[in-house]
Amino acid sequence: MSKLVQGYEVVIGFETHAQLSTKSKIFSRASVAFGAEPNTQACAVDMALPGTLPVMNIGAVERAIEFGLAINAHIAERSIFARKNYFYPDLPKGYQISQFEIPVVQGGEVSFFLEVGKETVRKTVRLERAHLEEDAGKSLHEDSSLGASIGDGRGQSGIDLNRAGTPLLEIVTQPDMRSSEEAVAYAKELHKIVTWIGICDGNMQEGSFRCDANVSVRKPGGQLGTRREIKNLNSFKFMQQAIDYEVRWQIDQIEDGIAIQQATVLFDTDTGETRAMRTKEDAADYRYFPDPDLPPLVIGRDWVERVKGEMAELPRVMAERFVQDYALPEYDATQLTQSKAVAAYFEATAKACGQAKLASNWIMGEVSRRLNASEKSIEQAPVSAAQLAALIGRISDNTISNNAARQVFEGLWNQEGDVDVIIEAKGLKQMNDTGELEKIIDEVLAANPKNVEEFKAGNAKALNGLVGPIMKASKGKANPGQVNALLMKKLG
Amino acid sequence: MNSFHDMTVAELAQALKTKQASAVEVATGFLARLGGNPHNAFLDIDSEVTLAQAQASDARLAAGTAGPLEGVPVGHKDVFVTRDFATTAGSKILTGYRSPFDATLVQKLGASASGGAGMVTVGKLNCDEFAMGSANENSAFGKVTNPWDTARVPGGSSGGSAAAVAARLVPAATGTDTGGSIRQPASFCGITGIKPTYGRASRYGMIAYASSLDQGGPMARTAEDCALLLSAMCGPDLDRDSTSLDVPAEDFTASLKNSIEGLRIGIPKEFFGEGLSADVRAAVDGALREYEKLGAKLVPISLPRTELSIPVYYIIAPAEASSNLSRFDGVKFGHRAKDYTDLVDMYKKTRAEGFGNEVKRRIMTGAYVLSHGYYDAYYLQAQKIRRMIADDFQNAFKECDVIAGPVAPSVAWKFGENAGDPVADYLADIFTLPASLAGLPGMSVPAGFGAGNMPVGLQLIGNYFKEAQLLNAAHRLQQATDFHLQKPAGV
Amino acid sequence: MSLTPQDIARIANLARLELQPEESERMLTQINGFFGIVQAMQAVDTTGIEPMAHPVAAIQDITLRLRPDVASEPNQRDLNQRSAPAVERGLFLVPKVIE
Repeated sequence: MSKLVQGYEVVIGFETHAQLSTKSKIFSRASVAFGAEPNTQACAVDMALPGTLPVMNIGAVERAIEFGLAINAHIAERSIFARKNYFYPDLPKGYQISQFEIPVVQGGEVSFFLEVGKETVRKTVRLERAHLEEDAGKSLHEDSSLGASIGDGRGQSGIDLNRAGTPLLEIVTQPDMRSSEEAVAYAKELHKIVTWIGICDGNMQEGSFRCDANVSVRKPGGQLGTRREIKNLNSFKFMQQAIDYEVRWQIDQIEDGIAIQQATVLFDTDTGETRAMRTKEDAADYRYFPDPDLPPLVIGRDWVERVKGEMAELPRVMAERFVQDYALPEYDATQLTQSKAVAAYFEATAKACGQAKLASNWIMGEVSRRLNASEKSIEQAPVSAAQLAALIGRISDNTISNNAARQVFEGLWNQEGDVDVIIEAKGLKQMNDTGELEKIIDEVLAANPKNVEEFKAGNAKALNGLVGPIMKASKGKANPGQVNALLMKKLG
Repeated sequence: MNSFHDMTVAELAQALKTKQASAVEVATGFLARLGGNPHNAFLDIDSEVTLAQAQASDARLAAGTAGPLEGVPVGHKDVFVTRDFATTAGSKILTGYRSPFDATLVQKLGASASGGAGMVTVGKLNCDEFAMGSANENSAFGKVTNPWDTARVPGGSSGGSAAAVAARLVPAATGTDTGGSIRQPASFCGITGIKPTYGRASRYGMIAYASSLDQGGPMARTAEDCALLLSAMCGPDLDRDSTSLDVPAEDFTASLKNSIEGLRIGIPKEFFGEGLSADVRAAVDGALREYEKLGAKLVPISLPRTELSIPVYYIIAPAEASSNLSRFDGVKFGHRAKDYTDLVDMYKKTRAEGFGNEVKRRIMTGAYVLSHGYYDAYYLQAQKIRRMIADDFQNAFKECDVIAGPVAPSVAWKFGENAGDPVADYLADIFTLPASLAGLPGMSVPAGFGAGNMPVGLQLIGNYFKEAQLLNAAHRLQQATDFHLQKPAGV
Repeated sequence: MSLTPQDIARIANLARLELQPEESERMLTQINGFFGIVQAMQAVDTTGIEPMAHPVAAIQDITLRLRPDVASEPNQRDLNQRSAPAVERGLFLVPKVIE
């Protein structure tokens, strides 16, 4: 079912360029490390110096295979590299080596959960293909002083070819998404997959994971509308905003009787609007042909099997296992498999304390909150899985109340010591001795006759006026469960 | 001992090894002949660099660490990039270009301290711009003249290499052959040249014209010399060239002297039709009779798609070239226009100023046949017929061991004779194109003289990896004839 | 297949070549002349024939060689840029690119 916007159905397809985490470039032996001085990581091949030729990096192919396996795609036994010809200063050869008719990965799908109203719905986006290609260099425009050395007052752009030749996996979906929420959820799931299996570092600020969204609208049941491509969506936050704006813009145009022209647009994060790029003339005629410098890439089935055997458990498979083995809700399982590190933390905690749901709650709750606030990743959490397990253990065995547990957790986070040490130091041990508790209760009941009367008269809320003083009198150590049980007994 | 310039590579190598001469003496001798740049054969000479290389060779010879061709001079066609000499590919668009690396073939023939054969580079040789041409009239730096008759073309695109060898300005030179550019100028200049099986000689550092056709090879006066150079040039370059075949280096001199008794020489009827001029036919027939005397058997064969090789080649080569030449854009190296309005204008003017007419024509043709809607009808169709042509050769090789015929329909023509009709020029490539398309090894061997006393070459085509057999057959012919020993008047 | 002046203009633009009017005309005539000999090629029945990219594929399967993922190229910026028309602070300079 599609959520309609002003009566229109939204159709979205994604193209994602993921930079592969190899050490060297796809066709040369230059380094791909981020942040080097301009053109210090561009060798003769990357600069397209006369006479240079491409030689394929096995690491790029292996990562393509891993991706194909992760999304249940077909991995082509033979695929072909093709030249995509166009002129641009950051494209040193005047063509990009890519794959056209026969890509290395074909088909596949990505599934994820989406909140639709109050329901959690499972969605699947089909992939059309994923292929290997080389990245272009970078143009630097902002520096207005460039060109001073050659006396050019018009201003120049500076070209840095360090990035030229970095291996990319271009991942293309079918136009299966029907809302901006779905699109963002897809992008996040894809991001999770590529970082989980370790083929991409997922650093969107550094340009390791770049999304383009193809967006069109149509009346339900109607023909596919003309699409516009929003390029370079490099943050999930702006992704949804950009798509929403584009959808509304297209609908407004159509309602005004203006036909949508195919275009490439950029999202302006300052204005929150999409804006058509200056069209690259004849950009559509890339004159693709198989690259005569590169024979066909052959991937034998035994190679695929070997990669499959060496791959870690995939996030969706692990999530399903968590649901089965730990009786967790699907939502929890999905949250806990957002990264290998989080999943490992959860399993270690759950196995140590035997309380999977509590572990899940704590990790998704307190742990996540504090990690986000301090911008730490779970690998940097000051509280270890063992410590969290111990804390949960002390809740389960009634040593401390939930309230007290939060204070203990604070202590753990500040590395004040282990669980029992902190409980002792803060005097948080729950009062489990009913004798003492009964004494306190009797005192409070005696001191608050009015509440007792009101409660007996039928006002359940009057109980709160009694619980409070009881907790206070017990210095917070009373076990709330016990308090309630005893109160009930005494008040009938 | 003869004068250096009358000695073959083999003789010079021997003289240097036995210390009858030093590398510096030999280099100096050849450099002295380059005054005035005879025939406009050279595009770059640097005697300091050459003599430094010669000195290094003398040191290696003294230390006993010499390479097989230590100290022997060589010239490199200017499509091979070199660190120590300019590289232009015969084009203005590479004005001022200095490569930071040497082509693999330059390395393999060069300094023995780096694993090469030890040859000394005398300079860079003129050629048709980006190897596109059959007469060396398309060089941005002037035409090359044929040493046998300076009113005639030397052939192309390796015209400078052929002329330099024929005029004994160097004992040997490298050339490249995409559609016949080693074989045809060798034929026109009365020297010997060989294009190896595609993939046997590395293309790294060889400025690309048509990637699936280009091959580098030696040009010299004898088959033995070619065998010596080819042995050093061939071999896998697995780290740098993905089209380089993992076929081990071979000593092509080992079987030079073998008997060719019983060798079956296939004679394609399509190579002896109406277009072949009588004088060339006579010289070729003469050479074939010599082969029969040596015990070879002539076998009639057919290569039915010979004529189709012209449109097939002139679709595939320009298509690949149009893409290969896109990197010449004035951004990273070479010429950049002085006046332009914006980036696109800079590209257009730079390339218009930098490229000659033939190059522009082939870029345009190539871009057209690859453009939207035409790919299937032209490029794809041509690549399919290419396979059929290769299969035709395989069928022929069931009946024969080598194939022989003319290299070109005529001897070298006079400048201005072809009235600048490019299509007429293309048609003259008919005999060399088929072997190029199939990727087979091919040679030109001096076979006699024709009109105007101009040299005529015999073409020998072998099956894949059969260079040794070709060189053997060529060598046996050269033992029985003396065409290869003739030299132009005044040399 | 006959090309028109519009074709010439379009291709020249794709190939980033500025042609003078006489050049364009000459180019048109010469390329059309060339396409005259191409007709024979188009008439050939190539059903079922696989295109041949690497010549030696005629006798053996040629496949892509894969090299180990090792970054071994040193920084050679100065050497690589020594023939560049315009360089500043290590960047290649080009007329400003407007998106």
